[in-house]
Amino acid sequence: MSDIQAESDLTYVREEMLAEAPPPVRDKGAVAWLRKNLFSSWLNGAMTVLALYVIWVIVPPLLNFAFFDAVWEGASREACATQQQGGVQPNGWFGACWPYIGDYFAQFVYGRYPIDQRWRVDIVFALFVIGLVPLLIPSAPAKGPNIVYMAVIFPVVALLLLSGGDFEYGSFIGIGEALASAAYDAGFWIDYALLALVFLGLAFAWAKATGAHALEPIKLVLVIMAALAVLLFLLGFDFGLESVPTSVWGGLLVTLVIAVTGIAASLPLGILLALGRRSDMPIVRFVCVVFIEFWRGVPLITVLFMSSVMLPLFLPEGVSFDKLLRALIGVALFSAAYMAEVVRGGLQAIPKGQYEGADAVGLAYWQKMRLIILPQALTLVIPGIVNTFIGLFKDTTLVLIIGLFDFLGQIQSSFTDPSWATPVQAVTAYLFAAFVYWVFCFAMSRYSIFTENRLRAGHQR
Amino acid sequence: MSDTLADDTIPQTRPAEERSGPAIEMRDVNKWFGEFHVLRDINLKVRRGERIVICGPSGSGKSTMIRCINRLEEHQKGDIFVDGIELTNDLKKIDEIRREVGMVFQHFNLFPHLTIMENCTLAPIWVRKMPKREADEIAMTYLERVKIPEQAHKYPGQLSGGQQQRVAIARALCMSPRIMLFDEPTSALDPEMIKEVLDVMVDLAGSGMTMLVVTHEMGFARQVANRVIFMDAGQIVEQNEPEAFFTNPQHDRTKLFLSQILH
Repeated sequence: MSDIQAESDLTYVREEMLAEAPPPVRDKGAVAWLRKNLFSSWLNGAMTVLALYVIWVIVPPLLNFAFFDAVWEGASREACATQQQGGVQPNGWFGACWPYIGDYFAQFVYGRYPIDQRWRVDIVFALFVIGLVPLLIPSAPAKGPNIVYMAVIFPVVALLLLSGGDFEYGSFIGIGEALASAAYDAGFWIDYALLALVFLGLAFAWAKATGAHALEPIKLVLVIMAALAVLLFLLGFDFGLESVPTSVWGGLLVTLVIAVTGIAASLPLGILLALGRRSDMPIVRFVCVVFIEFWRGVPLITVLFMSSVMLPLFLPEGVSFDKLLRALIGVALFSAAYMAEVVRGGLQAIPKGQYEGADAVGLAYWQKMRLIILPQALTLVIPGIVNTFIGLFKDTTLVLIIGLFDFLGQIQSSFTDPSWATPVQAVTAYLFAAFVYWVFCFAMSRYSIFTENRLRAGHQR
Repeated sequence: MSDTLADDTIPQTRPAEERSGPAIEMRDVNKWFGEFHVLRDINLKVRRGERIVICGPSGSGKSTMIRCINRLEEHQKGDIFVDGIELTNDLKKIDEIRREVGMVFQHFNLFPHLTIMENCTLAPIWVRKMPKREADEIAMTYLERVKIPEQAHKYPGQLSGGQQQRVAIARALCMSPRIMLFDEPTSALDPEMIKEVLDVMVDLAGSGMTMLVVTHEMGFARQVANRVIFMDAGQIVEQNEPEAFFTNPQHDRTKLFLSQILH
């Protein structure tokens, strides 16, 4: 029976099933590729030609400046100046002045950090890389200890190494001062112990009032206060390191300190804020909404200005906040608000059935969020999260306006040195700065794509 | 025909467990969605080991009723006791009840980022604090029981709808619940897959599990149920043993409904 017959007769019974057949062979080869991708239509052809022209206008001069006409060796401005400008280059020469970057490289990285103490910064960089690399490789072992190292050990060690530790604490309630006026630190510790007792009392009262078991909150308070005490003790201990105030930190060091702290603080804070904004508890929701809308509604420059100009006005006399610390807090809270909205977008994309499925098997709120909702929500919004990270990384340059010398600030301050002053100095320096920022941001972008693909491959068909 | 008729005539497949009293008791339960009165004076007593099929037109409140039992929906009036525990706003009691009550959803609600095995062991490990090895063994037992042990290390997205629903049943069983709720478990499935899920449910019924099943699979109701409940407009309109329910419906609304679905 033929198919034509089948159509006319309205009845048809297939006598044999068709075997699987390969798809038709597509056009192959370079010409076919060009036709398909670059010249598939008249308009696309024109666009291709236009794009080629733009590339031809931009790329060769850039390559000439950065490589072919660039100066690679030299000891001072003469090497990078034309004869008219008092140098050795032919008139009309225009190329990058790389020896100037080489000469200033250490300052771009460390700022005014004392030269004989720079090994401490190097150790911090090394410790950071040692912790970060295995964390980024999914198959690397011991993720748990690795996270503890990066979240607890590294920040403390880094702070001790970079600043030198041996912080002084004064009595903050006054009782300690009265009891131990001779020893400055002792006054602090007496006050600290009193504060811990107050918290213990509050925890006990809270447990009694709500009828909960008193042991848990008391244990929690003890653990937190003890951990804080250990931290404060370590930071106050004199390890014999020379003290380096943050005012002399600079360059890439400051950029990375702000960016890394901002990234590390904004993600967890943002997640908490996003959960809070979707909470059933009206007060929690209200506080989170106010927080997010406040920080999103204020420009970062304003935040930084306020922190450096207005905050000291509100603080009691004699109390001063480190300028870098203020910038750190400002940047972290600012990005946390943005992060919260990104995460909220992810939370809203998770179907209601996932919440119900988790509820139905008996998971408690935090288990449900940690094990079911957040892993899916965060995977969905990885592009948005990394977007915020990249924005944060570049926004660190704004700290220049409150007198911190980050990487870009350090580069700009090098322009005042007459020994390298030439017309190409700034162009070279900005090209270098752009390249460094681009490397960091592009690396984050690539890693985010890698992570997206890895997680997507995990559970999708 | 009174509401209490079915209660004393149902044969028990398994002697009542250590706890006495009904598995579920609902007294004058009322619920509103905004202005919409979705549950009206629901009174229902479910004995241990009893298997109840709930049917009715869409919007009649059947799903809402069983979702009130494990607090996926909150009732606004009346009392609900599950396994002797009163369902209140106390989170501890809600968690306690959810540990005893398994639920299977129309759209499976498996966790797509976890493997089948992890889907099954998650709650035993985190809620029952079971060691992972023990949880794995139990999960494997139930996956064998629903006849898909070979899929244990795949992700839900790689399985057919029928297989996913069987995983969902195994996942619920891994918590060793005393009561199982099924919310239209076969409505989202292709016709070819309905049977494999129903077979698992029939098998489960044979083991003496207390089951509340919202479904329109009348064959399943005849074969398995001790009692069929018909709901309309948020109320229990009629309930009876399956044979009597299908052959001799009393209420006009029931007759109309049955004539439309039984052709």
